[in-house]
Amino acid sequence: MRSWGLETMPRQARLLMAVALGAASGSLLRYLSSLAALALLGSGFAWGTLFVNVAGSFLIGLYSTLTEPDGRIMAGPILRQGVLTGFCGGFTTFSVFSLETFLLLQAHAFGAAALNVAASVLLWLVAVWVGYRIGTRLNRLKGS
Amino acid sequence: MTTFLLSCVLVFLGGAIGGIGRFFVSGLVARRFGETFPWGTLTVNVIGCGAIGILAAVMLDSATQGPSNLPLWAFFVTGGLGSFTTVSSFALQTLALARAGEPLDAVLNIAVSLAACLLAVASGFGAAHALLGA
Repeated sequence: MRSWGLETMPRQARLLMAVALGAASGSLLRYLSSLAALALLGSGFAWGTLFVNVAGSFLIGLYSTLTEPDGRIMAGPILRQGVLTGFCGGFTTFSVFSLETFLLLQAHAFGAAALNVAASVLLWLVAVWVGYRIGTRLNRLKGS
Repeated sequence: MTTFLLSCVLVFLGGAIGGIGRFFVSGLVARRFGETFPWGTLTVNVIGCGAIGILAAVMLDSATQGPSNLPLWAFFVTGGLGSFTTVSSFALQTLALARAGEPLDAVLNIAVSLAACLLAVASGFGAAHALLGA
């Protein structure tokens, strides 16, 4: 990858830029995902937020495992933070999830609120675990 | 179309600021209170949920539940607070606790995060409504 002279920047500045750029693009992708979910599935349930949180949990489990010190992918700490803290962090959101649950409670849709909380937490944790397991498998593969 | 493109730019900018804010605050808390329990992520999530409750009370139309000002909502809420809080780190740290043989801490992290975040949204929303006299 070309670095356009970025290697002359102080290390901390490059780290902040990686986190900022990752978080910005993750947030934009989350916004577009929620618009797509709204167009495809309607506004009855917060599908967009559920999708980004599950996909982001899978990605953080997979990428953090693949880039561990004995992992398959060599990634420097700045790229790693850009993807994990920046992109995955910006792509997923706890605040919008909580607000959507609160608005369901406020509208007396107690079943939908409980379902949103239960399904979300279960799927986030399953997704991060599946990502971790796939990453572990890929790390163990022999050859290339 | 121009509103859509403007919203994209504002979400991008707000997302960058929120992500940097999360990086600093969660790092500060983790260094101060140790990294055996994910205090940093819990802190940013609870703060972000309190703030989103306040902004929802101020900016959401009570009838439609939609934002009154789309660009402001895109910058501060979808971009800023959306990026300031995180589910991915919460999930990864919960898995790490479970893998490290601390299942009780993992369950505690889930329960406390959910309870504190929902309570923070409700408190922020209620406090803003009370102050605005709505």
